[in-house]
Order: sequence, then C-alpha cells, then structure tokens
Amino acid sequence: MLRRVALRVVLAAVLVWGAGSLAFVLTQLAPGDASMADTTPGAVDAREALRARLGLDDPLPVRYGRWMRAVAQGSLGHSVLFERPVSDVLRERIVNTAVLAVAALLLGSLLGLPLGVHAGTHPSGLVTRVIRVAAALFVSTPSLLMALVLVLLSARTGWLPVGGMTGSAVALGLLPLILDRLAHLAVPALALALPLAAMLVQTQSQAIADLPSVRVLDGARARGVSRRAAVWRHAWPLSLGTVLPVYGVLAGSLFGGAVAVEAVTAWPGLGRLMLDAVRARDAALLAGAAMSATALLAVVTQAIDAVAAWRDPRGGVRA
Amino acid sequence: MRGPRRVLAWLLLLLALAAGAPALAPYGPTQIFTDARHVPPMLPRIEEGGRVRAVTLVDRVRERYAEDPSRLLPLPWWTPVETPVFVLGTDAGSRDVLSRLLVATRPTLLLALVSLLGAVLLGTLLGAIAARRGGLVDAIIMRTGDLLLVLPVMVVALLVRSALPLVLPATEVFVWMALLLSLVAWPIVMRVVRATIRREQASESALAVMALGASGVHLLRRHLLPACAGPVLAQAGLLLPAFMAAEAALSFVGLGFPDAWPTWGTMLREAADVNALARFPWTLAPAVAIFLVTLGTHLITPHGPQASGVAPHPGSAGRIDAEVP
Repeated sequence: MLRRVALRVVLAAVLVWGAGSLAFVLTQLAPGDASMADTTPGAVDAREALRARLGLDDPLPVRYGRWMRAVAQGSLGHSVLFERPVSDVLRERIVNTAVLAVAALLLGSLLGLPLGVHAGTHPSGLVTRVIRVAAALFVSTPSLLMALVLVLLSARTGWLPVGGMTGSAVALGLLPLILDRLAHLAVPALALALPLAAMLVQTQSQAIADLPSVRVLDGARARGVSRRAAVWRHAWPLSLGTVLPVYGVLAGSLFGGAVAVEAVTAWPGLGRLMLDAVRARDAALLAGAAMSATALLAVVTQAIDAVAAWRDPRGGVRA
Repeated sequence: MRGPRRVLAWLLLLLALAAGAPALAPYGPTQIFTDARHVPPMLPRIEEGGRVRAVTLVDRVRERYAEDPSRLLPLPWWTPVETPVFVLGTDAGSRDVLSRLLVATRPTLLLALVSLLGAVLLGTLLGAIAARRGGLVDAIIMRTGDLLLVLPVMVVALLVRSALPLVLPATEVFVWMALLLSLVAWPIVMRVVRATIRREQASESALAVMALGASGVHLLRRHLLPACAGPVLAQAGLLLPAFMAAEAALSFVGLGFPDAWPTWGTMLREAADVNALARFPWTLAPAVAIFLVTLGTHLITPHGPQASGVAPHPGSAGRIDAEVP
C-alpha cells in the first residue's frame, strides 16, 4: 500500500517536472521572446538591454539549466510579464483557481447527485422527465457558452456582478468583503458547475438504476427502513463505484473549461495566467503555470482514487 | 444497429450544410454594409406572411435603429442588395451575421470532422494492436491513453500553441488544431475498440472462425473490426460536438483561427466584451449554433452500455467477458 502511494507520488512529481520542462522548451522554439512585450517604437536598444539582462541570448541548454536551478530553489524563475518571481505570481492564482474549481465541484455535486438519484429511483415521473431534458440541454452546453449566456443574463438583469473578482466599491468589513467575493464567484462557478451537474445527473441516474442489488433495497424496506433512507444509505453508496471514476474525467474537463470561463468572466486564475504567458512569450511563467496545473490535477485525481479505493477496497476501479 | 446509421446520416447532413453554405448565405461573409453596424435581427413575421420590417438608422453614434412597420421586405434571398435584410442582425464590422454563421460552418465542421477521422483511425489502429497483442504492448498503449485522457485539452493546446508563432495563417492553424484534437481524443476510441475486440475474440464464433483455419488478419478484418463500427460511431457522435466546442474555445481566447476567418469561435470573440454582449446579444448566434449541433448530436447518438461497448461497472457480465484474455 505504502509502496503504491510512494510510486504514485514519484510518478506525479515526474509528470509535473515533465510538464514544466515541456512548456519551458516549447515556448523557446517559437519565434519571438519575452523582450517583445515592449512594443514602443524605437525601443530596440532597450529590448537589447532587456535580452542581455534576462539572458535570452544564451543557448537553450544554458537557459534550461538556469531555470532548473530556479525551480530547485523554489522561486521557479523570473516572470518578465509581471516583473516578479514566478512563485509569487502563482501563489494567488492557484488559490483563485482552486476556489473556483472547488466551488464548481461542490455546486455541481450538490445539484447533480440528488437529481440523479431522484431520476434513477423514479424512472417514470414528470419531475424525472424535466430533469432528463434539462440534463440533456446542459450537457450539450460547453462551459464557454454557459459563461457567455450567464454573463449576458447578469449584465441584462443586474442580479449578479460580472467581471473580475472584486467590486469597484471598496467594501468595508469582513462580511461585505466575503459577500462581494461570493457574488463575483457565482457566474464563473455556475458556468462550470451546470454542465458538470448535468453529466453527474446522467451518470448517477444510470448507476442507481443499473444496481443489480434491488434486493438489498427490498430487504431494507422489509426491515422497516424508510424509502428515503433505503435509497440514500443503502443504494446510493453502492452506486458510487460507477460515479466516482467519472469525477476523474470531470476534474480534467473542469480545468480545461476553467481556461475559457476565466477568459470570459475575467476571473484571475491559472487559466488566464497561462493565456497571458503564452501571449507574452513568458517561458518561466508558462512553465510554472503548467507545473501548478499538473500538480493541482494530480492532487485531485489522487484524492478521487483514494476515495474510490476506500469505497471499494478491491482496487478494481482504476487498476 | 439503427443508432450508428442515424449518427452517420447526421454527420452527412452537417457535411452537406457546410458544403452548401456559400450558396445558402444571402451575402458574402466579409461584405461590409454602410450605416449598418450592429443592426438588430430582422426576424420574419408570421402576421406579415413571413416578411420582415425594414429598419432605418436613427442614431449613428449610439447605433440605434427603428423598425418601419409600413415598409415590408421579403427574406434576404429575394431582396435586391440595395435594401439588405439582416435576419440575424449585423456585427461590429457591419457584416451580416447569418451569412457569416453559414460560411463559418465550413472551417468549424471540417475541422471537427477531420479531427474525428484522425482520432478514429489512430484509436482503431492502436486499439486493435493493444487487444490482439496484449502483454507489454497493451500495457504501454493503455497507460499512454490514460495519461492523455487525464490531461486537460486546453492546457495541452496552450502548450502546443506556445511553440508556434502567435500569428499563423489559417491553413496552418487548421492543421495543428486537427493534429492536436486527434492526439488528445484517440484514447477514447482506442478503449472502445480494445474492449470490443477483446470481448469478440473470446467469443465462440471467433473460436469457430479460427478453427476453420482463418488467419488472424482475416478474423480482424471480417469479424472483429466490423463489430467495432457501432460503438466507435457512438463515440464519434460524442466527440464531434466536443471538437467544435474546443475550436470555439481556442479561437475565442485568441489561440485559434485568425480574426479575418469567420469560424464560430472567432465570431464569438465579439461577445467577449460584457457591454457589447448586453447591448447586442445577437452576436451570440454562433453559440446557439454550437449548442444546437451539440444537442442534436447528443439526441441522435445512442447512449448506454451497449452503445459504448464498455460495461458500466465492475461485476456486471460485460466486464467479466471483456477481461477474458
């Protein structure tokens, strides 16, 4: 068990390092470099000076070695775009993206799982039909479109603030500050959560309807367990074996969707940072962001695997 | 096997739409109309016999237009160019949204279909190899596939894009996007093909074919691969809208097609500005188009364990069969 965990940690570390190195090297293969961010006409001398200062004229192995040293020291190199160490820039962005992802996962699960259980246990109700149609619609809506529609709705009705993470008015006190943040979180989180919830509805309803253990339910009912308790305490945990692996796929798509959603709603997260880094040809920043994204994804996948292994110790879920 | 045939028919219909788009579009996709910036949609009215009300410019600076109920015009295909009719309105470049939308189906759909072809070919090839060879080859293909499946497409796209010049001609964008999408999607096809072939080659009919002296190639070509057609088409039906959404997202964030090329993604870029989006919501037309194609594909594609060729959960009969070497 311990060996397996250790192996996975090592594998994850190699993946993170690989993603970072790939990003760093790939960025340097393209024409142009970070000094071109300064587009002032006649700034050739300044650009030359910047190139010399940043060591952009050194051969690639030298730059890679310098970057590896910075990684080992924990600063992850210097971001030309932000004029700060990459690790500083990343710290706040990781938190923002993690907040967005966790909010979307929570919201999606709280919406999707109960509705899915309902649809699975009441196969022929009116509510189920409504749920199924809604799920089919939302599954067909990529996060980018969802975000655009939600932004349009919010801008027209004025119910929710759009754009960025904080309001323009300076909020006083802790509670207004938190409320302001939550209001700004609503649109991007919903844009990510609704397609996710729809997918969970479909998986969960199928999983609970397919349970080969209807007899377990009958037995529980015969012992006098209420219908609700029979469903949630007996049937639902059994269906998780099918639902949990879906979370692994969802985590990946969540991060991919986050790039688009962050771009639409101006949420200052990792996705937008990666976009900015690509546009500015900021190799160290892109490498750092790629490493954080991979690490974040590895943590989420490991957590899901851990839960799945705990639910089903046979270890067959993702063997 | 009615499901797969329906998917095929749907794909052909979309292809026909893309092929006929320039003929269907009332105006040129880059044709600019004077004094027609952000004209609201002129939708046909049932009470007027399907005709539209003419629109006149009221305020050029604020881009306000007024409907003229007394002047009725037929739909754009039957109106002279001097009195253009914009069924879905015009964009910031004073161009007809409907025409652009129709012409934009070509790059958007063609890219999705080419990527699909790449993913299906690669996935089928590797899936067949994995299932027939087994052992180390199988393990390597499966692990590689697992790794690619976990990676978020957008992040891979960003990394690949970072190695290319920021401004690229549209054809090069097309090639790299098709390669990228095929590359990230083949494991999905591969898993389905592998599971189907493993199940089929363990069946008694396959044993009978082998007993009759058929070669492995014959078995694969005449018996195992045809069995994969249904499940693969079902997967293809799910991949197509995902590819279109990927194109839209990449072009939207500025890493896809250049602005001069109307695709559904580049058209959506105009909606990126919150204020413009709130005032001119018809610029979201490509989003509706993507949504409709996605919804249609989801409704047509067969769902469920039979369709995917992979048993839904451990312990069910399908899974046990699939695990027989």
